[in-house]
Amino acid sequence: MSILVDENTKLVVQGVTGREGRFHTLRNRAYGTNVVAGVTPGKAGQDVEGIPVFNTVRDAVEATGANTSMIFVPPRFAPDAIYESLDAGIGLTITITEGIPVHEMMRIYTHLQRSDQQLLGPNCPGAISPGKATVGIMPTDVFTPGRVGIISRSGTLTYQISKEIGDMGIGQSTVVGIGGDPIVGSSFIDILQKFEEDPDTDLVVIVGEIGGDEEEKAGQYIAATMKTPVVGYIAGFQAPAGKQMGHAGAIITGSSGTAQGKKDALEGLGVQVGISPTEVAEIVRDRLG
Amino acid sequence: MDLFEYQGKQLFARHGMAVPQGEVAETPEQAKAAAEKIGGTVVVKAQVQVGGRGKAGGIKIATTPDEAYAEAEAILGMDIKGHTVKRLWVEAASDIKKEYYASVTFDRSAKKPLVMLSAMGGMDIEAVAVDHPEALARLHVDPFTGFQPHHGRWLVYHAGIDEAAQKGVLQALMQAYAAFIDLEATLIEINPLIWTADGRVVALDAKVSIDNNALYRHPDLADLQESVTDDPQERMAQERGVTYVKLDGDVGIMGNGAGIVMSSLDVVALAGGKPANFLDAGGGSDAEAVATALEVLLSDPKVKSLLINIFGGITRCDQVAEGLLAALDTLGATLPIVVRLDGTAAEEGRAIIADRAPANVVVEPTMLSAAKRAVELAKEAA
Repeated sequence: MSILVDENTKLVVQGVTGREGRFHTLRNRAYGTNVVAGVTPGKAGQDVEGIPVFNTVRDAVEATGANTSMIFVPPRFAPDAIYESLDAGIGLTITITEGIPVHEMMRIYTHLQRSDQQLLGPNCPGAISPGKATVGIMPTDVFTPGRVGIISRSGTLTYQISKEIGDMGIGQSTVVGIGGDPIVGSSFIDILQKFEEDPDTDLVVIVGEIGGDEEEKAGQYIAATMKTPVVGYIAGFQAPAGKQMGHAGAIITGSSGTAQGKKDALEGLGVQVGISPTEVAEIVRDRLG
Repeated sequence: MDLFEYQGKQLFARHGMAVPQGEVAETPEQAKAAAEKIGGTVVVKAQVQVGGRGKAGGIKIATTPDEAYAEAEAILGMDIKGHTVKRLWVEAASDIKKEYYASVTFDRSAKKPLVMLSAMGGMDIEAVAVDHPEALARLHVDPFTGFQPHHGRWLVYHAGIDEAAQKGVLQALMQAYAAFIDLEATLIEINPLIWTADGRVVALDAKVSIDNNALYRHPDLADLQESVTDDPQERMAQERGVTYVKLDGDVGIMGNGAGIVMSSLDVVALAGGKPANFLDAGGGSDAEAVATALEVLLSDPKVKSLLINIFGGITRCDQVAEGLLAALDTLGATLPIVVRLDGTAAEEGRAIIADRAPANVVVEPTMLSAAKRAVELAKEAA
């Protein structure tokens, strides 16, 4: 097994006729992903190398039974595209778009809490279950089928860690980029929960970075709930301290947010943390025996 | 994007909030003229985006226009925590009876707006939050229902606002929340929000941050954006749209994506080196982006070696290699450059460098070996 994307994925791509959308859609299909439809308003009846294009997501779902959407539309149209996907009943919406205003995301996030649908991203590289399916923009040849799950806030670091682990002969069950924006649809915890339920994932790596408190929250969840071992990585020990405007931020976040703060918090909860991608790969190898 | 106090106050006024009458001044003459226009006692305030202005001597009271001239002369050009004062805000002095604290902020953890109010405003609100948490009333707002008067009443009662000031504070909170939504702000902070001797509630300071991603639909706010850095590389990077932060080491670093750049900084430090900067050329780095990034890095005389760490996803490594060669052609740099390429079109990229790059460019197979090499080369050059 694997999580989120696999041979049962039926993908519709919103923004399929744009340059980036088209390029990555075809790459996803070439990897083996079942791409069933594309959506671009006003272009119904056209096709992208055989992939039928519809005017709306609802039309695409009714005609093809799509269950997963990938969004490639520009930031100013992306909130509408996300709501359209949710309203069409799509179970998993993967938003690649970068630069969606945070006020839009506050509303989208609040809306999401009222349903059981899932959003990955925005500003994320997507998800891949090596050998089965990929949805997004990840360079697929970095990944090999295996039993380690990876969850990451950063695109390029996802590839780096996967490669370092792969170089040791260890493959991945599913690799999930949750996105680097202040508000993303799925947290570390949401994805950890899925890996915990996946019998084919033996260990999970969480790849975090400075800012926010999602790594700290994940640590609490891991300590309280998870049986699957988890290894952490945090980037940004040398990062310059961000300039904090006003006091409100400091009042609500306290000491969380720094790389050292996150490492200490995770280790205090029993999660081993590597301080370089290479060290993380070594810890993974040792833990798997 | 962070705004200056005077910009924040002008926006507050547009949302109906009471702020003291004031004028912007960039010279002592302008400060004097402002004081004459306002009349009576004025406060001359340095406009810098950093806290602790008062303690640093950047806020002074002037009872006459001539005093305003003298204070302005003293404050303009002052260095406050690395920020040079280029502008002043001259405003009517207020007769303060009580100082409160009010803010509306985007709470990243709860992913909702958070409104905070305290009767213990003025200095050290962070200490109040720690020592007297009960004195700081906090309320999250559902972004769909918005901030209703009952939310405001709850905050006003729980913050212990003086009874005669409650109505005015409630109104200020409603206006602050409306401004937060209209401006797509991530922070509206008023410290202090004052209750004056004549019973008015007035915003005496303004800290406002706007979401950069929303600026496209707020052209008036986008126009307020200006460079606040004095550093030549940071200025150059801003002008060309490159994400760059200067640090104090000698190993210049660039990569594609914030995560891998942060990680590169860490690995350089673990290898015993000191990063000279953070530079993210972006997730879709093409030849031109790479050339621009290199130009910024090479203009810093402290840099002794460069580490270029690329893991191609959207970014194609062959384009990175072409951009590197093109930039070296024009810039003619001779310092050692260590390149690590992986991911999309990595083999093509490595081949381009092996075939055509000058001798000062070396390729390393892994991130760790590249970082080590860059650190060694910086030490040799130092």
